[in-house]
Amino acid sequence: MAKVPKADELAKVNHRPPQTPWTETPVEFRPGTFCYGAKPKNLEVVGLPNPRDWNPTDEDWKLPDDWKDITIKGMKDRLDKFRTFKLFMDICVRCGACADKCHFFIGSGDPKNMPVLRAELIRSIYRKYFTGSGKILSKYAGARALTEQVIKEWFYYFYQCSECRRCSVFCPYGIDTAEVTIMARELLNELGCTIDWTAGPVANCYMTGNHLGIQPHAFKDMIEFFVDEIEEVTGVRVEPTFNRKGAEVLFITPSGDVFADPGTYTLMGYMMLFHEIGLDYTWSTYASEGGNFGFFTSHEVMKRLNAKMYAEAKRLGVKWILGGECGHMWRVVNQYMDTMNGPADFLEVPKSPITGTVFENAKSTKMVHIAEFTADLIRHGKLKLDPSRNDNKIVTFHDSCNPARGMGLFEEPRYVLKHVCNHFHEMPEGTIREKTFCCGAGSGLNTDEYMEMRMRGGLPRANAVRYVHEKHGVNMLTTICAIDRAVFPALMDYWVPGVDVTGLHELVANALVMKGEKKRTTDLRYEPLPGMEDEEDDDV
Amino acid sequence: MNASRSIIFSLVAVGILVCLPLIGVAAGMTSFFGVIIPYLAVALFFIGVVARVVRWARSPVPFRIPTTCGQQKSLPWIQSDNLENPSDTKGVVLRMILEVLLFRSLFRNARMEFYEGPKIRYASAKWLWLGAIVFHYSFLVVLLRHLRFFSTPINPLVHLLEGVDGFLEVGVPRLYLSGLLLLAGVAFLFLRRVTIPQLKYISLPSDYFPLFLIFTIASTGVLMRYIYKVDVVSVKELTMGLATFHPVTPEGIGSLFYIHLFLVSVLFAYFPFSKLVHMAGVFLSPTRNLANTNRMVRHINPWNYPVKVHTYEEYEDEFREKMIEAGLPVEKKE
Amino acid sequence: MVFLSVYSAIVHKMSAAPSFPTGRLAPNPTASGAGEPSMNLTDYLRQNQKAILKDWFQTVVDAYPAETAAFLRKEKDPFANPVGSSILEGLQGVYAQVVEGVQEEQVAPFLDRVIRIRAVQDFTPAQALSFVFSLKEVVQSRLEEEGRLPEWAEDLRAMEAAVDQVALMAFNIYMECREKVYELRVEEVKNRTARLLERANAIWASQREGEGSQEES
Repeated sequence: MAKVPKADELAKVNHRPPQTPWTETPVEFRPGTFCYGAKPKNLEVVGLPNPRDWNPTDEDWKLPDDWKDITIKGMKDRLDKFRTFKLFMDICVRCGACADKCHFFIGSGDPKNMPVLRAELIRSIYRKYFTGSGKILSKYAGARALTEQVIKEWFYYFYQCSECRRCSVFCPYGIDTAEVTIMARELLNELGCTIDWTAGPVANCYMTGNHLGIQPHAFKDMIEFFVDEIEEVTGVRVEPTFNRKGAEVLFITPSGDVFADPGTYTLMGYMMLFHEIGLDYTWSTYASEGGNFGFFTSHEVMKRLNAKMYAEAKRLGVKWILGGECGHMWRVVNQYMDTMNGPADFLEVPKSPITGTVFENAKSTKMVHIAEFTADLIRHGKLKLDPSRNDNKIVTFHDSCNPARGMGLFEEPRYVLKHVCNHFHEMPEGTIREKTFCCGAGSGLNTDEYMEMRMRGGLPRANAVRYVHEKHGVNMLTTICAIDRAVFPALMDYWVPGVDVTGLHELVANALVMKGEKKRTTDLRYEPLPGMEDEEDDDV
Repeated sequence: MNASRSIIFSLVAVGILVCLPLIGVAAGMTSFFGVIIPYLAVALFFIGVVARVVRWARSPVPFRIPTTCGQQKSLPWIQSDNLENPSDTKGVVLRMILEVLLFRSLFRNARMEFYEGPKIRYASAKWLWLGAIVFHYSFLVVLLRHLRFFSTPINPLVHLLEGVDGFLEVGVPRLYLSGLLLLAGVAFLFLRRVTIPQLKYISLPSDYFPLFLIFTIASTGVLMRYIYKVDVVSVKELTMGLATFHPVTPEGIGSLFYIHLFLVSVLFAYFPFSKLVHMAGVFLSPTRNLANTNRMVRHINPWNYPVKVHTYEEYEDEFREKMIEAGLPVEKKE
Repeated sequence: MVFLSVYSAIVHKMSAAPSFPTGRLAPNPTASGAGEPSMNLTDYLRQNQKAILKDWFQTVVDAYPAETAAFLRKEKDPFANPVGSSILEGLQGVYAQVVEGVQEEQVAPFLDRVIRIRAVQDFTPAQALSFVFSLKEVVQSRLEEEGRLPEWAEDLRAMEAAVDQVALMAFNIYMECREKVYELRVEEVKNRTARLLERANAIWASQREGEGSQEES
């Protein structure tokens, strides 16, 4: 009879990865831990390199013949163009302060997910081809040659970084792995090794203005659908306008909120708020996407997609732009838009027509975050709010990475939240504000084939939610990011069942007492308001 | 390259570097090791660091991407955090000062929290901060103390520093704390690297080498001062010669001194070409040295270039009929 | 040192917990050592839970790369180290159940804590669940070391049966977790365009309504 292995022997089989140095440990593509390769048609639409049918599990990735030259030259270009890249290649001392700060490392336990090592994946190549010591001493100087294996490794691990910048908070030199990942993805993009989940939305957004590729008439139709829903709940008919010239404000928000719950309720919230304060605003079907998956592809594609915002504002002759709740959209708007596509000298410094507040902080970009806008309204007492309508919701707030570490938008959403609901509990220190944990699916990784990795990456966040869920009975996770709203329901369902996900302005809308509204018995989700459980039955 | 090979490689390298002056001085090459090498090293250091900084500076900062670690400046009634999220130059300067002088970001790791159980207090990462502070500051003090070898009369500030450094007033010659702290700091940084598996995994020979080098420099220094006392008068004659560009190589300086001097020279020469340049690099880090005035002041990208966009006109051309049908306003009605 | 402190935490927690109901492991009548008259395996497991849990936890985290294992073990902040702290909590609970008698509904949440994590990490099903079985090895090798194996052979079999029972439940939970992952995938794909579909249906429905009303008029 064959020898039966003991349980701990069994456990050891393939358990510990081979104790080889990281440079000699090849990557293995397991389903659930990588995203599908970009389809050729999506690359062709925007004219991106090397469109072809391929998949990461293929042995042959069909790289261009001169892939090595392309990559080295691509690195050189970017070293010359970005001080960050050059500096971050040189100054890391591998002190390890960042090692355990990455949600993907914490959740997966894969040492190559330590930010320092993620950067070393490309630093080792930099040393080999761009430093004297690397050329001479090779691996003794931490250098290694560029091979196809390295490209595969880059693909695996740079699409396992959500560019959340948490590590850069802790780095004594401010080394930002997001910046390194952005460069690596640009290089991969030059070889056509990008993921379909970003390539598809990029192609769609380029042609139709939004990620799903919804054509203008359908987009309008969708929004009007919500007008009916709002009327049903509140008895008030809001009247959105589209592509209207001469409106005071152009409103742009991620299109994900138009098509998928629970973002849709947030979208309804915006419209109810704007109606109530009588804001003279318009939607645009051309710039119908706040999100920008170009940011996850390359600086150039980001710019090409982002250009629509100012172009449309100019065409419509609005005074300023108001931006909805979105994470990476706001990183782009706050840190890139004005530089890339400005100056927006055809716009005026944003001024709230309701309160008269001039948003000096946005005087150049001319775009205001809706949390800033609403906080200002509440501060000036312009909204009639009944927070008790949200009393059945015990709420916590997730700081989305980009508004947190790319803007510093911490107090505005909290201020709003505290005025629209009575039960708000913070998650533990160390998991909020600038130290917030990513949802595990940012930077274009929110695709379903990546579910396993998302569950790993989202574990630190979910774990903190679980804590407040158990301690305070939190049943609602509030966030100001559309990707969050898209991915948290799955994350919560897996790790913390019983916690639902909402946007800030859904809660605002629930609490908002509107002029001429009927007696509200349900919230926007058709769930009874606290104390209205019976009345709702009467209605039905 | 695994950890033990990295360590052995670095040890051997430092070993060879120790042997070189030993053999050289025995062969009478005192002026080579006492004059030429130090001059070369210092020249390399300055030229190298300047070249490095220029090299970095030549690459522009196309986008303003500070890592914001505190509340932004937005509405007047919301308290903004000008230190963690600076909105003006003053804030940036303060942020950089804290970063450079106190290693603030590293300090962020510090946790002083109590968890379940009998008083487990966890602050492992704080040790890194403390170790780094001890190492860097004791190194600085040691370096400044050495100014006494390069000026006559000795700057009173150096005397003051020596007074503070030797405040314990024990031993003859008086014991300087900085030397011991430097050795302890280096030892800590090394032990960290070999005992924490994550760190061991990421460490390269270029992480061990400088530690060994500095350790050897500090040890030779300590040995010279307290045990195998060298002829300080001759040493000062040599160093003053170097400082005044009238180099001399007095007889009778022990080879221990030449080892010390040579390793210091190696450190200087190695500095600009290694990770040690982080000292200069930290000042240039765009995630720290820029104010978050992003929406207030337009940042200019010197290489900003026009890109192909899908214009509204192209968009309308494609969807005009459907737009008209849906009642959406259009520019051109056909 | 660091390591011990984790376990002092466990023990602290466990001793603070209410006393467990009487165990289901029958005392062995033949076992009556000189100094410890009525000591049986259950008592032994209670008394040595600190050390046994330590070994068990060690075995489980050793399945991760060395770099990670150290982190899982040392990082005490449950928010910075959810994997380590969840495994620890889970093992504590399972251990108590095995010692004091397995109650399905009580052991499940603890098993879930561990398995939910391992089900989405880089483990084969066998690897993901082997942690349950390693408790047997841990206890057995301790008893062997202390020369008490013959004395408590009977008891040990009972304990092993309890572990097996837990293992069977572990399979269920593992499958639930995996199925959940796939269910989430499907749900997400559906929800992504749910509103569009709803709208499409609405249009179709309203068209029909419209047709109906036309007929009426």
